[in-house]
Amino acid sequence: MMDATASSPAARPRAAGWFARLEGALPWLALAVIGVGLPLLDDSYIGVIAQRACIYWILCAGLNLVVGFAGQIAIGWVALLTLGAYTTAVLTAGKATAEWHPYLALMASAVAGAVFGVVVGLPALRLRTFYFAMTTLGFATIVTQVALAWNSVTGGGVGTPGPVFPWPFDPGWGFYYFCLGLAALATWMTANIASSRFGRALVAIRDAEVAAEASGIAKPALLITVFLFSGALAGVAGGLFSSLQSYITPDAFTFDLSVLFFIAILIGGRGSIMGPLLGTIILTALPEFAAPLVAWSTFLYAALLLVIVLAIPGGIADLLDYKNRRPLQQHREIVPRPELLAHVLDRAGGPGGVIELKDIALHFGGVRAIDGIDLEIRAGEVHGLIGPNGSGKTTTLNVISGYYAPGTGHARLNGADLPFNAPSARAGYRIARTFQTPRIVGGASVLENVMIGGTIDGRGSFTESMLALPRHRRDEARLREAGMLALATVGLDQLGAVRADRLQHSELRFMEIARALMLRPAFLLLDEPAAGLSAEEIKRLGALIVAISRAGTGVLLVEHHADLIFEICDRVTVLNLGKVLAAGTPDEIRSHREVVNAYLGG
Amino acid sequence: MLASIVSHGLALGAVYALIGITYNVMFSASRVFSFTAGMLGMLGGVLGALFISKLGLPAIAGFVLVLVCGAVLGIVTEIVTVRPVLKSIEQHLYVLSTLAFALMVQQVTAIEWGTEAQPFPRLIPIGPGWLDQQFWLPMLACAVTIVGLEFLYRRSLVGRAFLAIAEDSYAARALGLPEQRLRLASYALAGMIGTLAGFSGAEMQLAYFGNQAVLNFYGFVPVALGGMGSNRGAVIGGLALGLFQQAANFLVGGIFAAVAVFVVFILVLLLRPEGLAGAASARRV
Repeated sequence: MMDATASSPAARPRAAGWFARLEGALPWLALAVIGVGLPLLDDSYIGVIAQRACIYWILCAGLNLVVGFAGQIAIGWVALLTLGAYTTAVLTAGKATAEWHPYLALMASAVAGAVFGVVVGLPALRLRTFYFAMTTLGFATIVTQVALAWNSVTGGGVGTPGPVFPWPFDPGWGFYYFCLGLAALATWMTANIASSRFGRALVAIRDAEVAAEASGIAKPALLITVFLFSGALAGVAGGLFSSLQSYITPDAFTFDLSVLFFIAILIGGRGSIMGPLLGTIILTALPEFAAPLVAWSTFLYAALLLVIVLAIPGGIADLLDYKNRRPLQQHREIVPRPELLAHVLDRAGGPGGVIELKDIALHFGGVRAIDGIDLEIRAGEVHGLIGPNGSGKTTTLNVISGYYAPGTGHARLNGADLPFNAPSARAGYRIARTFQTPRIVGGASVLENVMIGGTIDGRGSFTESMLALPRHRRDEARLREAGMLALATVGLDQLGAVRADRLQHSELRFMEIARALMLRPAFLLLDEPAAGLSAEEIKRLGALIVAISRAGTGVLLVEHHADLIFEICDRVTVLNLGKVLAAGTPDEIRSHREVVNAYLGG
Repeated sequence: MLASIVSHGLALGAVYALIGITYNVMFSASRVFSFTAGMLGMLGGVLGALFISKLGLPAIAGFVLVLVCGAVLGIVTEIVTVRPVLKSIEQHLYVLSTLAFALMVQQVTAIEWGTEAQPFPRLIPIGPGWLDQQFWLPMLACAVTIVGLEFLYRRSLVGRAFLAIAEDSYAARALGLPEQRLRLASYALAGMIGTLAGFSGAEMQLAYFGNQAVLNFYGFVPVALGGMGSNRGAVIGGLALGLFQQAANFLVGGIFAAVAVFVVFILVLLLRPEGLAGAASARRV
């Protein structure tokens, strides 16, 4: 089990492979030994703390995917713990129904947790950050109030007894091993998800949502799945919690608890599994071993959170990630290898035809961003799109890639209409793009960033990834191989294991192209790929773009570097004030009087 | 019963509206939603009770001192939790930093003041019914605040500078406006409005550390309803929320009132994320 952001074993040379793997597994082994060996201490007080840590971690493991990976600020997750606890306790006690067997009731808690996980999480599909935080906060308040008021079932303020799990997991060390086992299972499952295409997609949604959409990641479906999973874990944690408490009242589920879960994850570090696990253990144990601190524990958590946010936003995981502090080679050169494109773009269905824009117009309020544009991108050609700032180049590109719906006009792919306002559907048409400012996941490795581009080519389901079934492993191997190949093609294969935010700007531009190549694109839309590159790099970029088009991909190149445009484009369209000023071969454009006056100067 | 619903509802609504305005004033100056809004409201009650009941200060002196504390806390909020994370606002770290700060203050309050709700002194012994301070004080505070803010924003030069920063802080800085100082002033102002809300509503809501979460949530609902940054929207939304909540309280009971408010809140957010009065705007790419 590997930390998702810190390491990517396959990217390293083979010889050091086993050693690196051992290095990564060491903290897990240490934790496992401590966890299994704890009963040897024969201290029941420590046992209770350890049980609590395990239970909290079962919840935090799931919440980690929501908060740490998907970046959703869910601060009221205690609501699901409450729900799970009452479900198990009430069903076992037989207050509302016949008495359930405790293990069966625990499963019911998982189901209830999953359902309400989606209910609590659903607003995240439309609401951002603070709004979503507020809805989860509101939900946490409501659940406690309902627990207080629904006297006949929950016992109101007096509470209700928690279940006792029968043999083999009876109270004491038996129950401890039950919690530990489930915690290990939760860790294993979340780690599997974290290192799968789903984990990478979650992180992409967090840090580069627009790029995630362009790679074909559908946020709603993915987030709902994660809320189901995370809710189920929280439900199970609640069921175990009710047994640990032996008697539950609404008072047991304070907002402080929610804060603990949330902060444990952030202290641990976003996008890591080991970090939040350590965070949970520390926050659970700390007040127990420093008795005077108990009253101040929430204060300490909050102060810790403030320090983390202001001083070390990466959390514990960043501190542990010493590999990425090793210096990188200076004066790196990007040497693309276009000859590899034949393998990268290896396409079964043959190259794909033509995108036609007809009379596209788009207004932002009163501003006419584009005003009746015709454009054709053909397979195997590089089509240059130039024009002064504000002439509508990027807007046109955004219309093609589905971010905007134009007021009039239509876009067709091989004669069939392309739907608008559906950016995440574009990847399915094999239309890939890059961005004016690179949209990347800084905390993930370069290879992982590139693999995001191949998300839609995964075959295995979320469940298969969670359980590391063969199809998931085949997906991973294939994506990894394709990612390395794409990196080698653009000349970044030496940097695969490096955190993306350590790269130079020019390297990020090539990395975005590699990510786009993962789609095996029929069409590639490049938004100012040469901006910020050196003359030598621009030359290599030009050769790479030409090679991509000759391999059968239609390329749309939005650029300001006139030299590059005239050198590599087969056809050029010039925009001015949202209209087509001229269109034709580079030679025609170069001698077009209006273009020279409006744009090129001369 | 109707009179009771209306008087309680409007008074509570005025408190929510003031907290909503607190959110707005901070948001306008910095594009930051701060969890300290509810904290300020909670402190308005606790500090008021502390200064006037416990320390025996005259009501006016206590009131002024509360506002001063609010202003100071507002400034501390800006310096400690907002300014450091403003550079990378797209990461929304302010949600965490303001939450952390608010929780720290709440915890200190819980330990030093106690976790029991304590009564707030009756300052002006007239009543009963409508004349009771607990009803008219929040409404008066709300009216004074909204009129004062309108006057400040529309009529004074400083206020116009506030608006310029709210509209486009980048351009405002280019014009030479002292953005940082104006932001600081906005947070001080928000601190005063927040504590004023808590102070005026404290006879009803008591001096209680737990009011923080309640005010954070119910104070944010008017902002969501009225559209962020809109003070008039917050007042209308706040009063409507107060009335709705009290009516539901009387008609179906407190728990279901809370559930009903929550459901309405979620529905409005999902159907019109920009608020009932707000305008949608989004260019993401």
